Amino acid sequence: MNRDELRTNEAGKEEFGELRETLRAPMPAIGQADLRRDLWPDMLQRLERLQVRVPWFDWALLAFAGASLILFPALIPALLYQL
Amino acid sequence: MELLERFVAGELDAFEALFRQHQCEVYRWIVRIVRDPAAAEDLTVETFWRVHRAHARFRADGNFGVWLRRIATNVALDHLRRARPTLELLEDVAAEEKPDAVVQQEVRKKILRVFAELPARLRIVVQLALIEDEPYQEIADSLGISLAAVKLRMFRGTRLLRKKLEKQGVRP
Repeated sequence: MNRDELRTNEAGKEEFGELRETLRAPMPAIGQADLRRDLWPDMLQRLERLQVRVPWFDWALLAFAGASLILFPALIPALLYQL
Repeated sequence: MELLERFVAGELDAFEALFRQHQCEVYRWIVRIVRDPAAAEDLTVETFWRVHRAHARFRADGNFGVWLRRIATNVALDHLRRARPTLELLEDVAAEEKPDAVVQQEVRKKILRVFAELPARLRIVVQLALIEDEPYQEIADSLGISLAAVKLRMFRGTRLLRKKLEKQGVRP
């Protein structure tokens, strides 16, 4: 922290001293809280969820193809021929 | 290839290494803003999720710590905007300190309620500066705003806070 920043903070401390004490009574500073567990497994789970997620457009396309085959069954042999 | 370059290239191993290196630091920062350990854990994961999604936009020669802190602050700020802290949660933190007289408890409740009513963008500045004693410059960097903007938010936040506290009969 440079001198200007230090001065700014010191001035702030004096200016807001009483308000600071008022707030800190019900809300003490948390400071350096420790993480209770490793969060990597949660992160991996989140990443895996992304990999299996099918975009909405794919579902729409599938629905459209299914509806087309039901409404126009004559398309089936043409489709099979193309395959 | 360096760790950050591998991260930018999308290598999961590099992302895991960065995650393990910075998860405690991110959690500590977020919990100081949201004051809820369980929510802070979720938000830490959310922060790294955003980091992972944006890996291609990060410049390998940039400051990863500053970038990460800014994302974490935005995630915490979004949380404050979405879910205002419940009074019960804040009271739990207060109750851990020491049992007080009923009148003092009532005053504390009023202070907590008034503080929870502050707009999130003002509350985060007041909380970090006054309660957590963070330097203004650090707050400015984390929020991606200027020092002058932090001071302005501080001025507005404390003015609003004082006004609301006085309305409730609490004199700071």
